[in-house]
Amino acid sequence: MVEGILLEGLIYGIMALGVFIAFRVLDFPDLTAEGAFPFGAAVGGALIASGAAGPLALLAAFGAGALAGCATSAIHHGLKVPALLAGIVTMTGLYSIDLRVLGGRANLPLIAKNPIMRGSESWLGASIDPTLASLIAFALGTAVLLAILILFFHTELGVALGALGDNEAAVVSVGVNPVRLRTLGIALGNGLAGLSGALAASYQGFADVNFGSGIIAAGLASVMLGELVMRSNRIGVLLLRVLLGSLLFRAIMYAGRSWGYLAGITPNDLKLLTAVLVVAALALSRWKNRQPKAARG
Amino acid sequence: MIKLQKIEVAFGRGTPDERLVLRGIDLEVPKGQRATVIGSNGAGKTTLFNAIAGTVPLAAGRVFIDEVDRAGESEWMRARYVGRVRQDPLAGTAGGMTVLDNLALASRKGPRRLAPAVSPRLRRELVERVAELGMGLEKRLRENVNRLSGGQRQALTLLMAAISRPSVLLLDEHTAALDPRNAEIVTNLTRRFVSEYGLTAMSVTHDMKRALEEGDRLIMMHEGRVIVDLSGNEKDGMDVQKLVALFGKARGEIYADDGALLS
Repeated sequence: MVEGILLEGLIYGIMALGVFIAFRVLDFPDLTAEGAFPFGAAVGGALIASGAAGPLALLAAFGAGALAGCATSAIHHGLKVPALLAGIVTMTGLYSIDLRVLGGRANLPLIAKNPIMRGSESWLGASIDPTLASLIAFALGTAVLLAILILFFHTELGVALGALGDNEAAVVSVGVNPVRLRTLGIALGNGLAGLSGALAASYQGFADVNFGSGIIAAGLASVMLGELVMRSNRIGVLLLRVLLGSLLFRAIMYAGRSWGYLAGITPNDLKLLTAVLVVAALALSRWKNRQPKAARG
Repeated sequence: MIKLQKIEVAFGRGTPDERLVLRGIDLEVPKGQRATVIGSNGAGKTTLFNAIAGTVPLAAGRVFIDEVDRAGESEWMRARYVGRVRQDPLAGTAGGMTVLDNLALASRKGPRRLAPAVSPRLRRELVERVAELGMGLEKRLRENVNRLSGGQRQALTLLMAAISRPSVLLLDEHTAALDPRNAEIVTNLTRRFVSEYGLTAMSVTHDMKRALEEGDRLIMMHEGRVIVDLSGNEKDGMDVQKLVALFGKARGEIYADDGALLS
């Protein structure tokens, strides 16, 4: 049970990192992840089913998500379509592409071939419990990814990306093309969503075209729950707390699934629970932010 | 060096409300000169800066920066040569980022690399620079810029504009939103940076007295034209009263010209 929460928290946490980059770093309300997540699952799943190695499938899933992000950015910047609409257009189109990638089916089982899960279960040898081994593998993998992201946000490119969401004029004034920079950021965020989708497909044992439904709300809920946990202006802490928020979110979802019946909550109500969580986290953070201001008078 | 040739800017182009805001500006500001632009509201001062920086498209004319015509370049491309400080202290910095990150962002013009934003050497250099502001910001490098006061933030914006070494620095009423004390501090810093970094600077002000005291050259605009352009002895011999008289005379001449055209 705890292992399941932790694993899910880490896997979907990668998607939440993508949502964080779009919504918080870039201040770009990007819904593409709703399409990039299942697109990554479809591409990764199809590659795995055709016998490709795990790392290659994950890399391709990241690339697929990044490509989806580029499409949204092109629609938004090229045609001056509002960000939300651009994301919806991409996500709608991707649904059909996912079906094609999965060979005309809506669901591709990964029972026979699942190198990512099998590999993560057996890499520490037969004496270690497979669930524990895969948890350690995913924790290490996520830690490496987090480290790479933290390093990235300390590069010239990363700092400019952070400034772009804050004040575009500050980025323009140092001679940087804001459109290209924002495209890079959107691609990075959706690449993470795609990667997360492929990992989720491996974890669930199937890739499904409906994987993405409600994923943005889940990502946002994770980001916001993380923001309730602690405050900081250090990018490392900001990214880490997204993962913590994701773990917290999965724990709450697990509680809803396991003990929700006591309050009359069925699995059908989980999406409503997600929406309520987003609203509650928003309300709580507003309330928290109001306190010190009132004190200052 | 900056040279403007027959700059025209129109608002509402292609609509019945089309209106020329800049009507053929010819202006050359040599390297190292500090020119002050004055004029009433609507004279086209900010639009002139927008035209130089590439914020608004030109209807006609050419913008030479260091001998190269940059009129076809977009704002971000021109920003490699043009630095700008606006009236609003919030406009030039990323408030949600630290003082150090903002300085690091401004320490170089042009495309960003996948290299560390703050090397130990750059950090030492930036700390030295920010300490020169005399505002204690060197002890607040890790604090977000939105926790600074307006004066501190404007001083930081000015420093950021200076360390990126633009060919031309545009100061658009950059002390107007500050209280007198902070305005004084920022004015002194401006004077120092402009001479220290050898910048070519143009500044807009509403204050005729200050315009006469500051800079090497005084440019007065009215209805999209340069109507007075004084430097050297001519400028030194000027006082506010004479300037107002000159303004009235030049304005009258323009109307006379228009009248001649219409008749």
